[in-house]
Amino acid sequence: MKKREFLEGVILFFPAATVLQTLADKAEGKEVSAETSSGPGTKGRWYGMGIEVDKCIGCNRCVEACKTENDVPQEPFYFRTWIERYQIKSNGDTTVECISITPREGAVPPPDDPDVVRTFFVPKLCNQCANPPCVQVCPVGATFQTKDGVVLVDEKRCIGCRYCIQACPYGARYLNPYTRTAEKCTFCYHRISKDQLPACVEVCPTQARIFGDLNSNASRLVRFQRVNTINVLKPDLNTEPKVRYAKLDGEVR
Amino acid sequence: MKVPEQVARLGLVLGVLLAIIIPLRFFILPYSLFHYEPHQAAKVEREKLKPMHYAGALRCTECHADEANLKLASYHRTVSCESCHGPSAEHVKQPNLASANPVSPGERKLCPVCHAYDPTRPNGFPQVDLAKHNPRKACIRCHDPHDPVPSETPQQCSACHGRIARTLAVSTHALLECTRCHEASEQHKLQPRTALPSKPSTREFCGECHSKDAAASTVPRVDMASHGGAFTCWQCHYAHLPEGHR
Repeated sequence: MKKREFLEGVILFFPAATVLQTLADKAEGKEVSAETSSGPGTKGRWYGMGIEVDKCIGCNRCVEACKTENDVPQEPFYFRTWIERYQIKSNGDTTVECISITPREGAVPPPDDPDVVRTFFVPKLCNQCANPPCVQVCPVGATFQTKDGVVLVDEKRCIGCRYCIQACPYGARYLNPYTRTAEKCTFCYHRISKDQLPACVEVCPTQARIFGDLNSNASRLVRFQRVNTINVLKPDLNTEPKVRYAKLDGEVR
Repeated sequence: MKVPEQVARLGLVLGVLLAIIIPLRFFILPYSLFHYEPHQAAKVEREKLKPMHYAGALRCTECHADEANLKLASYHRTVSCESCHGPSAEHVKQPNLASANPVSPGERKLCPVCHAYDPTRPNGFPQVDLAKHNPRKACIRCHDPHDPVPSETPQQCSACHGRIARTLAVSTHALLECTRCHEASEQHKLQPRTALPSKPSTREFCGECHSKDAAASTVPRVDMASHGGAFTCWQCHYAHLPEGHR
């Protein structure tokens, strides 16, 4: 073979491969044209949640509603959302306690301690990070981000390796003991796709939780972000959480 | 040009391999074997099909307008129907099915989930001490959950600010009325968070009793000129318990 022929072959190989790929896409019926854009600042939806910490009364209605709506195992320690009680003493000691063990009966209040200088409830859930560590580590592509920014787990692909549970800096995931697959908050994807609020937002009696589309200036969430000072959990990790907290104490991790 | 035999044979083998692999890869084996998108699209569709258990408050108002309107003007206007009555999507689908009826909590169990005293709850949120507040009486005997009002409008600040009142009661400031230092508008009782009461903003206010030349006789005195500098008194002294916790 001449050098010239060889080089011609090499140059022609790549366009030929692209043509083959396009043919393959057509055979599968996949849309070849550019996908509809998504992400922050585009026309698509980009869901988020706002939480006003000093409105939370720790009643656990959200926890109970979440467990009912999403068939979360009723045993304690499996939560898609949960509430933490923070107590900060005058010497700086901070105790954090999950009060959602028995959501139906309500939390057992601690004794009045005059040494506690600040105490408050913090509702927690999956932060639906824009830059999610759990998606990066999934070895089988079972965890992914939808176009509207919700991180979902494909239970048919999940092999239950728990890597994502380790990777989540917010402890938002658990392994369902019956299906042996990872599960987490989906922002009640089945509800929001029908223009309903997530169950926890629906039942929150003090409206400590706000749900909305971060791309829409008319949404309650964007207004909430305009009028409040907003913080996110662990901003140093660059996960870009879409759960935005207002009036968040610096002790909250 | 003559192609060497070994090259021709290798080329044949390569050609046969490619003839098998390329159709296999691009036409026979499914696209979903090599890409995640079909699985993810299928998962999104599956997720959307999951049944809803909570119908949403708007569905309730379609039939129960009276209760909804009553609640809309009350302190419970932000409380969704299903917060207390439980998931009701089944009831919306089959309104006449008795087994799908939402619950009507009538006992003394559900209200305390929000209204039992808990020191962590935000200041001013109405809470009662269950042991002292009409023990064993069902809440709905006195309070209508769709229009909850205290059986009488609270006259004392301690009705909401119990912890402060209890602290104050054992302090040297026990005999001072709250209104001696705080001005609370009538609106504060209706919208406790938007109409906030005032706090003393000047040193001279505390100085009325505690300065060297004040008229009161038994209270501790300080020289206002040299004590405290630019700080307002309550930045160092907790006025509800001036002697401190320890």
